[in-house]
Amino acid sequence: MTEPRRRKAEKEPENLSDKDVDVDDKAGLEVDGEPDLKPDSDIPDVPPSNDSTPEVFNKALSGLSSRWKNWWIRGILSLAMISFFFLIIYLGPIVLMLVVLYVQIKCFHEIITIGYRVYHSYELPWFRTLSWYILLCVNYFFYGETVADYFGGLVRREVPLQFLVRYHRFISFAMYLAGFCMFVLSLVKKHYRLQFYMFGWTHVTLLIIVTQSHLVIQNLFEGMIWFIVPISIVICNDIMAYLFGFFFGRTPLIKLSPKKTWEGFIGGFFATVVFGFLFSYALSRYNYFVCPVEYSSETNSFIVDCDPSVLFHLQEYTLPPVLQSILGWDTVHLYPFQIHSIALSTFASLIGPFGGFFASGFKRAFKIKDFADTIPGHGGIMDRFDCQYLMATFVHVYITSFIRGPNPSKVLQQLLVLQPEQQLHIYNILKSYLTEKGALQPAINEQ
Amino acid sequence: MIRNESCLPVQELPAHCGTAASPIQTEWEAAGDTEITTLCIWRTPHGVVPCHEVLHRAGAKKALLLIMKRAGESESTTSGSDVKLDSSSADTAPSVDNTPEVLNKALSGLSSRWKNWWVRGILTLAMISFFFLIIYLGPMVLMMIVLCVQIKCFHEIILIGYNVYHSYHLPWFRTLSWYFLLCANYFFYGETVTDTFFALVQREEPLRILSKYHRFISFALYLAGFCMFVLSLVKKHYRLQFYMFGWTHVTLLIVVTQSHLIIHNLFDGMIWFIVPISCVICNDIMAYMFGFFFGRTPLIKLSPKKTWEGFIGGFFSTVLFGLVLSYVMSGYKYFVCPFEFNNDANSFTVDCEPSELFQLQDYSIPCLAQTILGSESIRLYPFQIHSIALSTFASLISPFGGFFASGFKRAFKIKDFADTIPGHGGIMDRFDCQYLMATFVNVYIASFIRGPNPSKLLQQLLALRVDQQLQIFKSLKANLIQKGVLQNGA
Repeated sequence: MTEPRRRKAEKEPENLSDKDVDVDDKAGLEVDGEPDLKPDSDIPDVPPSNDSTPEVFNKALSGLSSRWKNWWIRGILSLAMISFFFLIIYLGPIVLMLVVLYVQIKCFHEIITIGYRVYHSYELPWFRTLSWYILLCVNYFFYGETVADYFGGLVRREVPLQFLVRYHRFISFAMYLAGFCMFVLSLVKKHYRLQFYMFGWTHVTLLIIVTQSHLVIQNLFEGMIWFIVPISIVICNDIMAYLFGFFFGRTPLIKLSPKKTWEGFIGGFFATVVFGFLFSYALSRYNYFVCPVEYSSETNSFIVDCDPSVLFHLQEYTLPPVLQSILGWDTVHLYPFQIHSIALSTFASLIGPFGGFFASGFKRAFKIKDFADTIPGHGGIMDRFDCQYLMATFVHVYITSFIRGPNPSKVLQQLLVLQPEQQLHIYNILKSYLTEKGALQPAINEQ
Repeated sequence: MIRNESCLPVQELPAHCGTAASPIQTEWEAAGDTEITTLCIWRTPHGVVPCHEVLHRAGAKKALLLIMKRAGESESTTSGSDVKLDSSSADTAPSVDNTPEVLNKALSGLSSRWKNWWVRGILTLAMISFFFLIIYLGPMVLMMIVLCVQIKCFHEIILIGYNVYHSYHLPWFRTLSWYFLLCANYFFYGETVTDTFFALVQREEPLRILSKYHRFISFALYLAGFCMFVLSLVKKHYRLQFYMFGWTHVTLLIVVTQSHLIIHNLFDGMIWFIVPISCVICNDIMAYMFGFFFGRTPLIKLSPKKTWEGFIGGFFSTVLFGLVLSYVMSGYKYFVCPFEFNNDANSFTVDCEPSELFQLQDYSIPCLAQTILGSESIRLYPFQIHSIALSTFASLISPFGGFFASGFKRAFKIKDFADTIPGHGGIMDRFDCQYLMATFVNVYIASFIRGPNPSKLLQQLLALRVDQQLQIFKSLKANLIQKGVLQNGA
């Protein structure tokens, strides 16, 4: 006589029976057997995100109506964030790197917390530890590659660093494997599916966030202008599209975000291109923004000093006859970088919003209003950075494809690792190549 | 045809069944049996219980479990045995008898258990012979096979995702997932081709442009897919679409990166492809044999059939096997040489001067072993020492890949990934232990064996600006003089 086991205590989702999906999203939730059948609120323990503004704001704005109060809070916080942005630019590359790291950790935490709520898996054994551990491994891997590339001089000097750099991939892989084996050993009978879901969730989050943040840092090392201009352009596009939509908005753009309009989209596009153009002009003159960030092993610090590349030298461009008659000039002095900024602005206005739509869809899918409540009036850090994701990758790909050649110190470092015969072979080829180009005199060989 | 006589009427149910609400009677053809068995179960306020059941045949017990599952009760979790739970969806055919007719006829005389053994054995031999054949056919064919395996694995996992989420009819999604697979493959193959066949790429004009802007083109392709995904979000299916998006990306991460690491390894010399895969296969087989003959202590709850005896026995025999196989293979250039494009001969060649790793060297053995073996030193290939490391990894860590896949199958309540190979399951079932191995070999080669690629370095060098080149030239010269390779003033 077989007695069936009672299911009530079990947390494991239901069997996969074939039910109709098309009813509505709530039924969709039931179909895939997830236990989270509450459509509206995801968790009982998140405080309602209505009023997380600090007391000081509440007092100052207590006289105004709710709608204007919201406006003022958003406005003040926007200004605060922009000032903070200027401050960290002033403080320099190291501070920027640390801020990027902090933002990355916060975003990761926000998304993982959403995952826990969705799957009610906060008490899964080991999982919180595991996800932070894997974040650490991935960061270690990426930072190690960056350090090895850009701080070649420092690395050559310190022997322990040399060891870490040479076997960097192996060490990172070993660390990741340890996490993987821990995951396999932590699989508990009742929670298999949830554990796999969280594993997948963690990895997709890492893929999105950590790679983006490292591309941001790599862009930064090319020159702070490659960090500042893209981010400013995306922020400008957000604000301009909002303003244009507010004043002229009529035709809705996409069902995902009902507040966006075509007028805002197009107006934002043109305004952003103009802004990017002018802003690049303003920034291109200063060495501080334009020069690659380098680590000088002599002075043991970061220097941002160099001979600006061709990109940042004023050049004359002849205008097409149409513009000539309008503007009355024959030629115009522009930085070539400004031409590139048009490409960046175009991307930020046309494709960057898709990152925002993706995040909106994500929030609707998991029925949350904001990612978190870190910034009053704005939501979580992810809410502010959702349009930036694609931008960072685009800028990086743009730089590697169109602007930058390979990194000289990295090439040198790899050269020195080769076998002596291979080095000699390359040396001879290089010598004949440089002699041909006239950079080397054939007869003089000292130094 | 329902037979009522064996079911008790509701009023006569035993007390522990509680108050019965309504009887459910059904008939079921138990797997392998030819008679129809009637099972009676009742729906009570406590749930569906088989208060009175008629077990005509042994097969009925299995069928009972199935019935209970269908009626809404939990499936029995005591099914460590091979009860085939009707899991994923209504459209997967019962995977009972997938073996080709010819095998069925040949083995029709044997009992079911032996038949299973024979099917597995024959298919194993067939797969191993196929492996040898494609090795013989050469690297290009190997690349194609790896690509096919990758596509099939991707397809299997995505199908599981569709079944789990009942999302087969999501708008656009099937197209999108194949498109993402295409983008990822284009990106990886482009990088590999550019790195390895640099000379060929530089010569052909269209290839040169494709390789110069490769990252940009790949990114643009991926973005197009991303935007299509965002535009395809439909109000009712948001969550499912995001789940499938995540599922696709994790699958790509696992399957596509592994397959490209395999091809990378392949280009370093076919021995780096053959030996790891053989070690994993050998470990599988040996652990199974040792477990079968000596197995007593279970290893891990996830896979109840694995035992410590099998694990340890498999470890030692795999190390031995790896040593012997490496010795055999290191003698042949065909296996040992990197796969290159020869610019002069205008073809792909596997011909070279074998590196130090593949030249016999004398090793003096410790005294203890000397007395046993009777010689003072032993001639080994250095590669055999490396093969010990590879075998160790294959025996100790790559079973975790297998446990991961077992956990995955249990989590999503499937017995096998698919039914492609009779007796073995899907292609993923065969390759689950290989994942970690491919990455490990690649990382091992990059860290311990191979330096940077000189021709690629030269390419990067020539792309720099003249002043940067001069600077590098000076540093290189200083380094060479310091090493004594170059005379000062030469």
